[in-house]
Order: sequence, then structure tokens, then C-alpha cells
Amino acid sequence: MAEGTDDAGGLVFHPLDQVIIRPLFGDGPVYWYTPTNATLWMALAVLSIYLLLVVGTQGRSIVPTRVQSVAEMLYGLVYKMVEDVTGHEGVKYFPYVLTLFLFILFANLLGLIPFSFTATSHIGVTAVLGFGVFIAITALGFILNGPAFLSMFWMKSAPLFLRPVIAIIEVISYFVRPVSHSIRLAGNVTAGHAVLKVFAAFAAVAALSPVSVLAMVAIYGLEVLVAGIQAYVFTILTCVYLRDAVHPHH
Amino acid sequence: MASEPAQGTASACVDSYGSAIGMPQLCAEWIPNQVFWLVVTLVAIYFILTRMALPRISGILAERAGNITNDLAAAEMLRDKALAAEAAYDKALADARAEAARIIAATRDELQTKLDAELARADAQIAERTAESERRLAEIRDSALASVTEVAREAASDIASLFGASVDRATVEAAVAERMKG
Repeated sequence: MAEGTDDAGGLVFHPLDQVIIRPLFGDGPVYWYTPTNATLWMALAVLSIYLLLVVGTQGRSIVPTRVQSVAEMLYGLVYKMVEDVTGHEGVKYFPYVLTLFLFILFANLLGLIPFSFTATSHIGVTAVLGFGVFIAITALGFILNGPAFLSMFWMKSAPLFLRPVIAIIEVISYFVRPVSHSIRLAGNVTAGHAVLKVFAAFAAVAALSPVSVLAMVAIYGLEVLVAGIQAYVFTILTCVYLRDAVHPHH
Repeated sequence: MASEPAQGTASACVDSYGSAIGMPQLCAEWIPNQVFWLVVTLVAIYFILTRMALPRISGILAERAGNITNDLAAAEMLRDKALAAEAAYDKALADARAEAARIIAATRDELQTKLDAELARADAQIAERTAESERRLAEIRDSALASVTEVAREAASDIASLFGASVDRATVEAAVAERMKG
């Protein structure tokens, strides 16, 4: 991490250089198909998921090994979340939800390895996730319920004269969902990593370095927590939105 | 990385020192690449999950739940067996106690009967012996009495002859009999 001192003019921070996309091979321009560092770390996430959930459960032990029990725990956590939040009809969407959860979790956690790249720090990635969920769930809502899906904006429990107002607010909040959904994830991840970089730059100053290193350790711990929590939050919000599509009359 | 000299292809998002311009996350140039690889990644994860991981894990969990249920059922069955065995044992014990009590009572009755019979026989023997003894005592006494009378008569005749008186036999007998009564 050579930020700190590249110019004579004292501290120079480049906390966001860590999210620059670079081609893996050569220096050419980044086309849509170019394998980049983002490709590499997403592939590593796929590999980790494969190792944990497929290789780790190879024994099919009745008394699970350590890796297998982690895999079972992740499975159980997401399965229970989907079942609790969306009800029994939502369970058939469990593989999609688990895909999202595992991708975000592993992208976040792998991104915490020093010198790595965090795929979920890019709005391009989280927006695809967020808007993908939004579009899929809206389509699902109309497929499952037809026009009755719109009744979710019409609060039958509210007084009649308030219903149009509430409907407008509900529609706005509905369309804001994917934005908040994706920015929350990218924002949290980017902020944490940027703070780590800033503290790392301060470590170059002798007087500040002990404080800076301690702060980095603390923030790193916090970031591990954030990595898990953001994956969980993204997933549980997906489940909540999914419940609206499965049961629009709440 | 950041301090590398300018690269040949600085783009709209990277300056000539290789550092980010603004927020690289918002760089439009890179978004198609990200989207493409993200979709590839998600599809890959989805197929890994649905083709391999999920069937296996749900199989493991179902198998474990089945095993637990079976084991619980087996344990319940064994407990029932144990309870039945305990009941059988208790019953056998009670039976044995009753049998023992019955044998004790029978033996006691038998002994009592034998004892009674022996006692009766002994009583009879004793009574017989007593009667025999009494008879012989009576004999002895009678003979002794006869002897005494005889001796008294002879003594009386002898005493009378010593005094010179002749006494006939009848008188002596009468006199002795008279005295013996008293």
C-alpha cells in the first residue's frame, strides 16, 4: 500500500484506488468481455462457494465435519429466513435468495483480504443485484397475482380519504427500494474500505502509526462484521420484498 | 500500484499516475464489464447450488432428521421392552414369593401332622406302660398283702402256742382278718 508518500507534498490519499478495474492480462482497454480483477475475485467467490458447499459436504456425514456444519448453517440460516419471512409459498425461491446471499457474503469477505478487490463495492454490481431483485419481484408479483398485485399500494385499513395519499407514498417508496437496496451495500462496503485505506496512509507518519495500526485492526474487525451484516440485510430485504410479491394483501 | 508511473492507456477514470479520478465505482466505462461478469458469476453460483450443493445438503439434513426420528423410535421401543421386562421380573418375583410361602405352609402342616401323630403314639405308649405298671403294682401289693396275712396268721398261731393255748385255725384267721381291716 504505497499511497501516503508518492509526492513530495506530504500525505496523499488515494483511498479509492483499490476499486479500480484493471484487465487481468495486459493493459488494454476494458471491454465488456475483458477478464479483469473483478472477474478474478468473482471467480474466487464462486470457487469458495464451491469449496464450502460442494467439496465441504462431500462426506455427507450424519455427524458433520467442521466445514460441513458451516455449509449446513448457512443453508439453514437462509432457508429459515426465507421460510419465516415469505411463508411456505416463498420457499421455492430459496435457491435464488441463497445465490444472492452467498455471492454478497463471499464478495464482501474476500474483499477484506489485503490487496484484493471487492466486487460489491461497485455500484455497477450492486445496482444489478438491487434492480435485478426489484424487476424480478415486480414481474413475479404480476405473474402470481395479476393486476391484484397493485392492491398492495391501496391500504384498505387506512381511512378512505387518506388512501390516495398513502398510495402515492407507497409507490414512491416502492420505486426507491432498488436504489436504497443497492446503494446501501456498495456504500457500506466502500466506506469501510476507504477508511481502512486512510488509516493505512496515516501509518506512514511515524508519530501516528501506532494509533493508525490499532485503528486499522479495530476497523478491520468492524468490517468483517459489516461484510456479514450487509449480506444478511440485503438478503432479508429481498425476502421482505418477495413476501410482497407472494402475499400482496398484508 | 498507485505510485507506478503513467501507463499507456490511462482511461477516463484513471489519471496518468494510475490513480482513480473521482469515484471509480461510478465510472461508466467499466460498468458493462462488471455487469457481464456479475451475471456470469451469479449463473455459475446458481447452477452450483441447484445442481450440486442444495440437493446434497437437503439430503443430508433429511437423512439426519430421519435418523434422529428412527433412533428416538428405537429408544422408545427399547424403553417399552425394558418396562415389560421389569414387569415380568416383578411378576416372577411375586410368584416365587407366593410359591415359597406356599411351600413353607405345606411343609409346616406336614410336620405338624407328623408331630401330632408321633405325639399321639407316644401318649398311647405311655398310657399302656402306665397301665402295665399299675397292674403289676397291684399284683405286688396283693401278693404282699397275702404274704402279710399268712405271716400274721402263722405268727399269731405261734404266739398262741407259745402261751400254751391251742387255738384253732378258724379263730386265728378271723382275728387276723379283724386286725387287718383296721
